[in-house]
Amino acid sequence: MTGTLSTARTIAAKDLAVERRSRVVVNQVLPFAGLVMVMFAFALDDDALASRVAGGLVWLAALLALLVTVQRSFAVDAADGALEAIRAAGADMRGVFLGKVAALAVHLLVLELVLVAAAVVLYRVSVRDPLLLAAVLVAATAGLAAIGCIYGGVVAGAGGRETLLPLLLMPVAAPVLIGATRATESVFASGGATAAEGWPWVGLLAAFAAIFLVAGAMSFAALVEE
Amino acid sequence: MAAVVPGADLTPTRPRGVATRSTRAFGALAAVLFAWVLVGGLWFTPADQDQGNSVRIMYVHVPSAWVAYLAFVVTAVASACYLLGRRRSLGFDRVAGASAEVGVLFMALALVSGSLWGRPTWGTFWVWDPRLTTTAFLFVTYVGYLAVRGTGATPEQRARRSAVLALLAVLEIPLVHFSVVLWRSLHQQASVLSPDGDVKMDGLMLFTLFVGVVAFTSLFAWLVVHRQRVQAMSDAIAVRALDDAIAVRGVAG
Repeated sequence: MTGTLSTARTIAAKDLAVERRSRVVVNQVLPFAGLVMVMFAFALDDDALASRVAGGLVWLAALLALLVTVQRSFAVDAADGALEAIRAAGADMRGVFLGKVAALAVHLLVLELVLVAAAVVLYRVSVRDPLLLAAVLVAATAGLAAIGCIYGGVVAGAGGRETLLPLLLMPVAAPVLIGATRATESVFASGGATAAEGWPWVGLLAAFAAIFLVAGAMSFAALVEE
Repeated sequence: MAAVVPGADLTPTRPRGVATRSTRAFGALAAVLFAWVLVGGLWFTPADQDQGNSVRIMYVHVPSAWVAYLAFVVTAVASACYLLGRRRSLGFDRVAGASAEVGVLFMALALVSGSLWGRPTWGTFWVWDPRLTTTAFLFVTYVGYLAVRGTGATPEQRARRSAVLALLAVLEIPLVHFSVVLWRSLHQQASVLSPDGDVKMDGLMLFTLFVGVVAFTSLFAWLVVHRQRVQAMSDAIAVRALDDAIAVRGVAG
């Protein structure tokens, strides 16, 4: 177990160091996510409608950003067979999985905070319940990071066929989109949603995250094998 | 030079099909059942009091939806057998893949026939009913599963990865269903006719529907048996080509 955790720490530190030096998420994915929020406003063309559906737009933009971030995270590992080398070196693959999930979750959390801020500015919503917002962000991010690393691993193992990723990842992400959207509507109180309605959705998100964290840790070694 | 390469000649000495006497007999039985569904469904059974002739879509729609779900259960069970079996038998993997392919076909048929039936009866091609939504997600998930099956250098790699993927889908589908149920329960109900409305059915209609389910299930089994035999042959060719390539290298070196 200590081996798993120390591997996870090493891999997470590696992924965060890659981002610190390349700044791909900050310089490319973050502006892209912000752009999506602006594009949604163009598509909807209605201030009242935009503020009513702001929760859904935040999470849809987060999903799009997730696809790009996962692709990036595994492209780095798949290049020069690095992931295969880590596996061949006898690293605990459960630890590798959890480490990648942790680093991806950090990236996603930053992205989501910016997206929520963009919703407040662009769609004129306000955060009524910061505690609920924090719970939604943590639970949804854990789930998204888990499935992102599972299917990112599948794509890396399948020889880097990136076009497969959205097809595999989007259907699995549907429960997170539904749960996080409803809970975030409670945070924004859009459409008269109350905080009490939001908490059960956080439970769903947490259960989803727990299931896929365990499933991913168990199956990652089989998935990434080339 | 070529003569010293063992087994380099891949052309079969006689053409081999994948049918055997028993599968031919089984196929003939399925064809007879289908003939009954066709004749019974289109002529012998009465039109519905409310729905008119559009009720006849049922004889295709219900059996294809049944087969589609059956196919994915077969895929999941075969994948679990592959992973849990001590010998890691590729036979289970071939059944899983064949079943998923046939299942995707019938799922598409169920979705299309369902929309065509929904339009005249509910007044719309689609409702965001949990059952429909889950079915659509199941369809997309298995399209992805088949895409992943197309990757991987050796049959063993393909088998392992796709078996894990099939079991992940077993986790995913109930979660999707559950979340869609919750989603709908907090929103307005679909204003069209409930798809769960009880239908009192004429005896001959029920019999024809039953024959339809048996006929479609037989067709499913027939297709899966043949598909997995074809897969076994193409796996054998792939492995042999690899062995030959290694042998050629050995001779050349």
